[in-house]
Amino acid sequence: MEKVKNRVAKTANEAFAEAMRQINPDVVAAYPITPATEIVQIFSQFVADGLVDTEFVAVESEHSAMSACIGASAAGARAMTGTSSQGLALMWEMLYIASGLRLPIVMAVVNRALSSPINIHCDHSDTFGARDTGWIQIYSENVQETYDNVFQAVRIAEHPDVKIPALVTTDGFILSHCLETIEMLTDEEVKEFIGTPPERDNLLKSLIEDKPITLGALDLQDYYFEHKRQQAEGMKGALKIIPEIGKEFGDKFGRYYGFFEEYKLDDADVGIVVIGSTAGTAKEVVDEMRKEGKKVGLLKLRVYRPFPAEQLAKALSNLKVVGVMERVEGMAGFVSPLYSEISASLYDYDKKPVLLDFVYGLGGRDIKIEDIKGVFNDLLKTAETGKKEFTLKYVGVRE
Amino acid sequence: MPSLKQLAKRKEKFVSGHRLCAGCGAGIIARQVMLAIDKPVIAANATGCLEVASTIFPYSSWIIPWVHSAFENAAATISGVETAYRSLKKQGKINIDDVVFVAFGGDGGTYDIGLQALSGAAERGHKVLYVCYDNQAYMNTGIQRSSATPMGAHTTTSPAGKVIPGKIQWSKNLPEIMVAHGIPYVATSIPGKWNDLINKVEKAISFNGFTFIDVLSPCRLGWPHDPKLTLEISRLAADTCIWPLYEVAEGKYRLTYKPKEKKPVVEWFKLQRRFSHLLKPENSKLVEEIQKEIDRRWELLLEKCESK
Repeated sequence: MEKVKNRVAKTANEAFAEAMRQINPDVVAAYPITPATEIVQIFSQFVADGLVDTEFVAVESEHSAMSACIGASAAGARAMTGTSSQGLALMWEMLYIASGLRLPIVMAVVNRALSSPINIHCDHSDTFGARDTGWIQIYSENVQETYDNVFQAVRIAEHPDVKIPALVTTDGFILSHCLETIEMLTDEEVKEFIGTPPERDNLLKSLIEDKPITLGALDLQDYYFEHKRQQAEGMKGALKIIPEIGKEFGDKFGRYYGFFEEYKLDDADVGIVVIGSTAGTAKEVVDEMRKEGKKVGLLKLRVYRPFPAEQLAKALSNLKVVGVMERVEGMAGFVSPLYSEISASLYDYDKKPVLLDFVYGLGGRDIKIEDIKGVFNDLLKTAETGKKEFTLKYVGVRE
Repeated sequence: MPSLKQLAKRKEKFVSGHRLCAGCGAGIIARQVMLAIDKPVIAANATGCLEVASTIFPYSSWIIPWVHSAFENAAATISGVETAYRSLKKQGKINIDDVVFVAFGGDGGTYDIGLQALSGAAERGHKVLYVCYDNQAYMNTGIQRSSATPMGAHTTTSPAGKVIPGKIQWSKNLPEIMVAHGIPYVATSIPGKWNDLINKVEKAISFNGFTFIDVLSPCRLGWPHDPKLTLEISRLAADTCIWPLYEVAEGKYRLTYKPKEKKPVVEWFKLQRRFSHLLKPENSKLVEEIQKEIDRRWELLLEKCESK
């Protein structure tokens, strides 16, 4: 069946807002923060114009935004919010509580560097800092993916085998404020794809059925562990559900999604792992270097939580050298977080690549074609000599 | 307002089995507030004594839907619950009328760490009743001073020592701060006058907006006092005008209780060990000062209530 293409120019912030309009959540509670402000601004206008049924709560902080989403979701509503950087940091405490209460809240996050120094531009320190909060994390390379990921996040989070909140990210300014032609789904298609949320226990349901529930009780040494164990199982459930939803989305709309995208990786000697918009630039570099006969490839990680360790290890284990490009400095006095986790994923394999860590782009520092070429050249040199000359390299910084 | 007999026939929504101390004001307050609400009701609770003692998994004293998320955000959490109700009802996704939303917080979770969320929820005008059970310190963590702790009180972080006689600041006047939000109803109450509290809860939930009741909650462990004196001590707070009972309905002040004979503050001090150092001769000047300030605040309130 031929689909009617609805091609429009949108920034990622606009795409987030449009996706939220089409999802038509029951409650949105949000607070402005650069560079995510537009999302709530545009969405408020949708509310003011009666284009959605959503009740919008203009809260007095991000902490209250997440708290109100928790209250709304606990009451049985489909709840969403959006934020960035310091806003996400202020939510920290509540992120753990949202996931601990197993509430399928969906959040749009525009990646921005964390203070201090204060900076409004892109890196991944905000969401990487939230990596242990028990939220599903889905990253986007471009505006189209940002848009598509939101609908899938709703389905994944609400799935009865998951019941874990999910955040979808886009790169601050690079995507949030960058116009791109995307293909939008029709409102009907979205409605059909996300469906009505699967039944789950909630406050209002328990009131109506006169079977009152106590939510957020005190767990002591005798129950806390079991509840956390169940929560971990939900995250494992997400490992199963994410590819299923990605395939269903692809079958319906032609754009398929998995944990990651492999680009010319099959026959590559060396490859990079990269997250977000940098993948777009890096693909250009791969193409150029391929023309020069260099066997380079890349893996763009889309899902960081749950961490698809097994799948990643399979995809990377045949390479000679892998460079992990991270837009975050983990301040561990060692390597950055993604390197650690990829390293751990490969540890049990006999055949595994040499790993190198590259930290780049902090605070929105531009990552150029030459920078990425430099990374590949380091990988190729390491493959040639078989000698690991460094573990971590900073790309594009004045030393 | 229902008679005591009628109240006694109502189904309890907060029941025994909780692990609050014998003589704890918070449990009595929760029970009275819930009894006063003869409608479908959902409650949110800030972290604190009432929360930890009433919902130790897998037990719960709440025979209503109840939610706790964190310490500083009961007002924001209940905002979300109330908004969900409005949204789902508007969309025809649920069919239930006239649901009441209540939040409980101690003074720490209300005056201090929860003040921002409280202010935000009040300003946005959610149809929520916020009840502060005000035991005038962080009792759950072991009696630390809060901005609700009265001048001169000994707590573990405002200890009475050789040079400092307990807390050296006045308590924050939170009811006035809530009045300044322009919300439809603000009141103070005590558990020792059940009809006062029941009446105020009934009145509060009749308004279409955010309402706030600050209920003095004697703490036998932190004040400390003889557990059998809980209600009496709360009444004595009203009789000494340390805790005047009044309401502000749509901006109009009204005294709901005027002591026949205003008792001196030392009468109240005498029953609580947190003030015992104030009864020593070297602190008599401070007691005088406190009495003066209590008198001044009382006169000011009388003026506002035009009750002079």
